[in-house]
Amino acid sequence: MFFTKSALSRNLALTFSVFEFIIALVAFFLFTHNPNLATLYFNHTWVQSLGINFSVGINGLSLLLILLTTFLVPLIILSTFNSLQELGSNFYGLILLMQMALVGVFSANDGFLFYVFWELALIPIYFICLLWGGENRAKITFKFFIYTLFGSLFMLVGLIYLYNHSGINGLKSWAIQDLYQAGRGLNLDQQGVVFWLIFIAFAIKMPIFPFHTWQPNTYVNAPSQGTMLLAGIMLKMGTFGVIKWLLPIVPLATEKWGSMAITLSVIGIIYASCIAIAQKDFKRLIAYSSIAHVGLISAGILSANQQGVQGAIMQMLAHGVNVVGLFFIADILLRHTGTNEINKLGGIRNINGSFAVLFLIILLGSIALPLTNGFVGEFLLINGVYQYSDIAASFAGLTVILGAVYMLRSYQQIMLGENRDSNFSFGVLASSEKLTLVIICIVVIGLGVYPKPLNDIAEQAAKDILINIK
Amino acid sequence: MKGLLIISGLGILAMLAEIFKFKKLLLPIVLLGIVSAFTLNFLEWETSLNISYFDNMISFDKLAIAFSGIILLTAFFWFILANNYFDKSSSLVDNFALVLFALVGALMLTAFKNMTTLFLGIEIMSIPLYVLAASKKEDLKSNEAGFKYLIMGSFASGFLLFGISLIYGACGTFDIMKMRIFIEQNATQLPVFFYVGVVFILIAMLFKVSAAPFHFWAPDVYEGSPTLITALMSTIVKTAVFAAILRLFSIGFGSISEIWTSALALVIAASLIIANFSAAMQSNVKRMLAFSSISHAGFMLMVILANIRTNISLDAIIYYSLAYSVGSISAFGILYNVTRKGNEDIGSFNGLSKNNPLMALCMTLAMFSLAGIPITAGFFAKYFVFITMIGTPYKWLIILAIISSAVGAYYYLKVVIAMYFNKSENDAPLIIENSNKFVIIFTSILTLLIGIVPSLVSEIFMF
Repeated sequence: MFFTKSALSRNLALTFSVFEFIIALVAFFLFTHNPNLATLYFNHTWVQSLGINFSVGINGLSLLLILLTTFLVPLIILSTFNSLQELGSNFYGLILLMQMALVGVFSANDGFLFYVFWELALIPIYFICLLWGGENRAKITFKFFIYTLFGSLFMLVGLIYLYNHSGINGLKSWAIQDLYQAGRGLNLDQQGVVFWLIFIAFAIKMPIFPFHTWQPNTYVNAPSQGTMLLAGIMLKMGTFGVIKWLLPIVPLATEKWGSMAITLSVIGIIYASCIAIAQKDFKRLIAYSSIAHVGLISAGILSANQQGVQGAIMQMLAHGVNVVGLFFIADILLRHTGTNEINKLGGIRNINGSFAVLFLIILLGSIALPLTNGFVGEFLLINGVYQYSDIAASFAGLTVILGAVYMLRSYQQIMLGENRDSNFSFGVLASSEKLTLVIICIVVIGLGVYPKPLNDIAEQAAKDILINIK
Repeated sequence: MKGLLIISGLGILAMLAEIFKFKKLLLPIVLLGIVSAFTLNFLEWETSLNISYFDNMISFDKLAIAFSGIILLTAFFWFILANNYFDKSSSLVDNFALVLFALVGALMLTAFKNMTTLFLGIEIMSIPLYVLAASKKEDLKSNEAGFKYLIMGSFASGFLLFGISLIYGACGTFDIMKMRIFIEQNATQLPVFFYVGVVFILIAMLFKVSAAPFHFWAPDVYEGSPTLITALMSTIVKTAVFAAILRLFSIGFGSISEIWTSALALVIAASLIIANFSAAMQSNVKRMLAFSSISHAGFMLMVILANIRTNISLDAIIYYSLAYSVGSISAFGILYNVTRKGNEDIGSFNGLSKNNPLMALCMTLAMFSLAGIPITAGFFAKYFVFITMIGTPYKWLIILAIISSAVGAYYYLKVVIAMYFNKSENDAPLIIENSNKFVIIFTSILTLLIGIVPSLVSEIFMF
């Protein structure tokens, strides 16, 4: 991939990623048919002396996220077709490398392997942001890299600590089931330490309120495709991590410290929403809205009940699709009008009605209108948080109102009204742009009207996780 | 043992090369010699346990063979890199001979069984290095480096000798095994000057690996010396002295570990903090690498501190030494080629991704490995250290190590950013000789290979 010419590599990358999506779909059907199918698991010894195995497998949770990843990556590649920047073949190579690492993170069944993939995902995105980002990128990607690396190292120590307590007869193991067992064997204080060590890594990745400072700048300065990868998929690494690698490992500590983490999440929701309302830059607005959404997701997960976790899984999928759509729209706006400043835009609906409709659908999905994909997850999430604490839920519920405020207001200013400038031009959408948006809109509405197949899997996945806790 | 003899012979042969005019043949002969020493060394692997030489002064057990394997491998790469280095400034033959003799000292340090051999090894290794550090005769900085190294090094040797004599006074023997038995039998009634001796030896050894607070000579010496000599000092010398510390402290003084571990813990903490924060301030890449080598010294000392003589901790230190040596050789090789015409400022790396993409990629790999990012060898090295440390009472050091790793990533990434992000003033492609290219690419592949399949190296003591 690194050696081909740019146009060729682009098409190749697209083909490969579509192919992988098809494989994921096949896995999906196999899974719905028979969840315990042996072909969905793979195990090979990596470092025998330390009990490290190259062990990957697909359960309901990972299946959904792999579907999301493999669905979004072709779209992200498709979105480059009209890019203004010269994107070399390296760019596509890095995106596919990223996809590999992400699928690895979502399917790893070995603590060590999980960590390796987790770190590996950082490297391609670092170069994507560094090489093709906006001005100031060197400094910002730097902060991003160091920040997340710092968090992950804490996670590594937490995992090693678990590993050291794992196994019987001195035979230690990194296998996920052994780590679950090791975690539950710890007393409350030890669990608390492990909880925070691991949670910090996830909290930085998501990001949750006090650890979010790297995020808005990185999102704004990264190239659009980088932002889509970061917000659409990489953010899910954090939430996924909490569901699979934190809740079942330290249930006692989650009970004790969960309220504190939920408080942080809820603070993040309100804080980010308020900042989003005040934003003048559309891309930055989406970045903050993303913090608000992820805050709700993590609050739902940490409430550790059926609705909360199931809603979180559904919302992860919906948010992934919607946020990629929104960032793509920001990218289109920037390319067609030369600016992302909300104040400078206006009246685009008069020029290009179909774009306005597509934008509206994605936006409604993002504010979780019923019959869009965002609704199912958000409803379940608030329900779940409510069961945990009504005060938290009432604050978290504000996200619905605040989200509608900033999203609709920005829509109004960008698309409706009169043109602010007589020289303003927008032009027509290229076919690849239209195709991307239409696919996203179909998913937004399709999953809103008929979420059942995914919802069933999410329900089962949430149950499987919660059984481990009780 | 045969390896040691071969290298000594090579050193003498190298001196004769000038007289008998086979200068051109010298490099192939040296390389062949190193390869045969390497193989002969490992052939002794199974039979090594009970054989000792010179009245139990020296013995190549498995640990020694593993360490000397790393040293010989590094030396092999080094000689290829140095192929054309000495042609102009000074005589190739003299320098090769000096390096070979330093190598003899290094090999002795991995295998000593007696305090006198330890002292001899350190001196045989250091004295050629004093000269080599000053081998750029017209360069003031090089002269300064040599002089500083000589003064400070001799000072450390003084400490070492004093410590040895104090311990001899207490135990009545130079032999490490006898010493150990003596300590175990008289654990309660050792005189105070015995402990003073242990601390003196510890200070001397830490001096040689430039752990803080005994590191002040290192940045100046590393910066002033010719780049390849710096590479030699930060790989072979470090590895050898580590082997020596490991042997002396965990075998000789293992039973009185409580008196030196807390001091060592402080030294490690100081090394990690001082080195990483100073490195982050540097704009001279060579000086940055000097500080980074201090920080890696801190990491390697952690394994010694853990003092659990399990196979895993031995594997950990072997793996760390190898990962670090390979990564450093690669980094120094590229640094040497990049800075040949310009200065050693980080600006010289600007635009390397355009001028020579392959070398930029290799440098990125080396930097990632030194920073400890998967899937390079450096990551597993750090991981093994954490694994050994988590079972000890010094868990707070792990937190410190994490913080310093993050700071470390900061300064290693500065080089990566310079290569990929900054524009260079001249766009002339950087041309690198094939021999150097070979070493750099080979070490890069090795970095990846043992990063992906760590069991190649990390399980040698399992069998």
